[in-house]
Amino acid sequence: MAQNAQAEAAHHDHDDHPHGLRRWLFSTNHKDIGTLYLILSLVGGVVGALLSMAMRLELAEPGLQIFGNPEMYNVFVTAHGLVMVFFAVMPATVGAFGNWMVPLMIGAPDMAFPRMNNISFWLLAMAFVLLVASLFMPGAPGSTGAGAGWTIYAPLSTSGSPGVAVDFAILALHLGGASSILGAINFITTILNMRAPGMTLHKMPLFVWSILVTAFLLLLSLPVLAGAITMLLTDRNFGTAFFDSSQGGDPLLWQHLFWFFGHPEVYIMILPGFGMVSQIVSTFSRKPVFGYLGMAYAMVAIGVIGFVVWAHHMYAAGLDVNTQAYFLFATMVIAVPTGVKIFSWIATMWGGSIQLNSPMLWALGFIFLFTIGGVTGVMLANAGVDRSFHDTYYVVAHFHYVLSLGAVFSLFAAWYYWSPKMYGYMYSEAIGKLHFWTMFIGANLAFFPQHFLGLAGMPRRYADYPDAYAGWNMVSSIGAYLAFVGFIVFFIGVIVQFSRKQKVADNPWGTGATTLEWTVPSPPPFHTFDTLPRVK
Amino acid sequence: MAILFRAMTFLAALLGSGAFATAFAAGTGQPQPWQMTFQGAATPIMEQITDFHDYVNIIIIVITLFVLALMIYVIFRFNEKKNPEPSRTSHNTLLEVAWTVIPIFILVAIAIPSFRLLFAQYDFPKADVSITATGNQWYWSYEYPDEGISFDSIMVPEANLKPGQPRLLAVDNEVVVPVGANVVVGLKANDVIHNWAVPSFGVKLDAVPGRLQQTWFRAEKEGWFYGQCSELCGRNHAFMPIAIHVVSQEDYDQWVASKKSAAVEPKGKMASAQE
Repeated sequence: MAQNAQAEAAHHDHDDHPHGLRRWLFSTNHKDIGTLYLILSLVGGVVGALLSMAMRLELAEPGLQIFGNPEMYNVFVTAHGLVMVFFAVMPATVGAFGNWMVPLMIGAPDMAFPRMNNISFWLLAMAFVLLVASLFMPGAPGSTGAGAGWTIYAPLSTSGSPGVAVDFAILALHLGGASSILGAINFITTILNMRAPGMTLHKMPLFVWSILVTAFLLLLSLPVLAGAITMLLTDRNFGTAFFDSSQGGDPLLWQHLFWFFGHPEVYIMILPGFGMVSQIVSTFSRKPVFGYLGMAYAMVAIGVIGFVVWAHHMYAAGLDVNTQAYFLFATMVIAVPTGVKIFSWIATMWGGSIQLNSPMLWALGFIFLFTIGGVTGVMLANAGVDRSFHDTYYVVAHFHYVLSLGAVFSLFAAWYYWSPKMYGYMYSEAIGKLHFWTMFIGANLAFFPQHFLGLAGMPRRYADYPDAYAGWNMVSSIGAYLAFVGFIVFFIGVIVQFSRKQKVADNPWGTGATTLEWTVPSPPPFHTFDTLPRVK
Repeated sequence: MAILFRAMTFLAALLGSGAFATAFAAGTGQPQPWQMTFQGAATPIMEQITDFHDYVNIIIIVITLFVLALMIYVIFRFNEKKNPEPSRTSHNTLLEVAWTVIPIFILVAIAIPSFRLLFAQYDFPKADVSITATGNQWYWSYEYPDEGISFDSIMVPEANLKPGQPRLLAVDNEVVVPVGANVVVGLKANDVIHNWAVPSFGVKLDAVPGRLQQTWFRAEKEGWFYGQCSELCGRNHAFMPIAIHVVSQEDYDQWVASKKSAAVEPKGKMASAQE
């Protein structure tokens, strides 16, 4: 796609960078900020995973074993959701890999607004502190922490949780949302204005396309969340009644506002994964992406349609039947561009020369597991049958297949693909593969049986369940433990990677890696592209 | 389309009854250990839901296996060892049109029975029995406005379970309805949102403070049917089950009479005490 036009002869001069606090606290460098985001997302991922381990320990057997107070279980469910969404997946996809790779891939020296980039990160770090603090604040009567679910439905989140924990969570979302909006503005400006000469939008790598679409989704959906949680905050503290039916408000207004943000949010988490997988599949098949334009505009289509399907989360809320019929139809339409993506990935591999190393394994895992999550999404789109699935473990299985096995698998794929570039050290192939197989088996064992639990009627967000659900819950818990072992294997791999210091060439992946980041050294110097590359 | 739908449903029923029913029997009214399917249907709507699910399930399983087969094929056939020289193909208009248009046909084939099911669920019959269920933290209150009956329905704690009562599902005062009757359930909530759900009936609807919402069912089997609150409502969300006893019309009439006298009796006693 592009030719190296960079003079690297004197790059040691460009490695002159600030040290210590000045480098990390005041950082305006996209690579350093990307690394900070990566560290934050790993901390978030560990916290979120530990929360889920506690939940799976509780659910392994019927009865209450870990949580004496079932409200504490609700708090863990809530925190697991919020942490994983806002502090593990989002900082990793957009914050870490977006920050690191977008400027490199479009041949820009840095992000358009480097100082804004800095405050984006630190707002998010502070948001995480607020959210963790909320766990220890008074929440529902007699317990601590916000336990109203990541969806914080009113009135459970207003009159149902009088303590300040929910206020802390709301302010955490405010800060995190502001961080994301600033980040989105930064990415949109960078991508639209700072592409290297010759790189038209239609020559842009698909990962950059995915970040562009994601940034627009963030920019358009997060202000709605910010408005909604502000209304929640004033309902809680200042006597307004937006969601209080006893004073003329309506709890369903909250659900509409929340899901108007919440559904695009789902695509915010998965679209960057689409982009990463496209890069990786193309690289290790040594073939250009099949149907590039279709792939780019499929993401645009998914982003656009993603804004008009929100009420499919509310089929059981008592919507008018014609409203349900519309959302049923609109939701099914999303399957079309999603299908285009799946088939284009396979067509990219078709006729290729496939190298099955760790990033490719993770990308293949992503494609298959995302397909499973996608087809159960088609099932759930149908309001008639969602009547039986709403708020059961079938839904839990579905969204973990697209997020826990989809988005997270794409993140690990991206780690193995780009970490040699980012830090200059090759990962251990054996550990990368071990990591893949433990997590693949573990996560499938954890989430596939949850389809059966959902079919049999087990409601979600339950600390204890009727004894008949015990069997599959035990299987699911064992799978979750195994996946957690896989997560530990990942950290062992990182330690091995950074301690054995096996140096990496500018382009370790060969002729399949055609994007601009492979033209700069590994690791890239502090400042890249002093002379802009030209793209033919 | 209808023929296709019926054929698929039949296939699904075969799969459902043949492969799973023996080893993993689906309970009706409550779940069974290792169950992998819906709970057995006790209403015409739940039968429709089950048929529709089985039909769509076949489609999505076929699609998933197709994707898996393609992936396995490319991994082995276009491995770097077998195929050291990659092709440079990056377009094929016909193929791209095909994988956009064919899914549309599949979606239409899903959407038509899906709309039929959705509108059937909202096709309210004339009520034979009307019930109002009110969600409270953390129990349900029921009212039979036409009979003047009202009571609270609270989960039986584990220590007080009688033999045969399922843990977390049994309640002290169950809802009793006659078999074959159209029961219209009005839903209200006093504090936060709850959700009144009975899997075997194919019924699930939020009880929202400030709103009166309605759903309906017609149970065609006698027996006990259990459900659980299906919208997060706080600490004891898992401990406010729904229990419904479907009985014959005579038994129902008897139950109504006994409930009425039970409701009147305390007042009568009060009156006699005052004399």
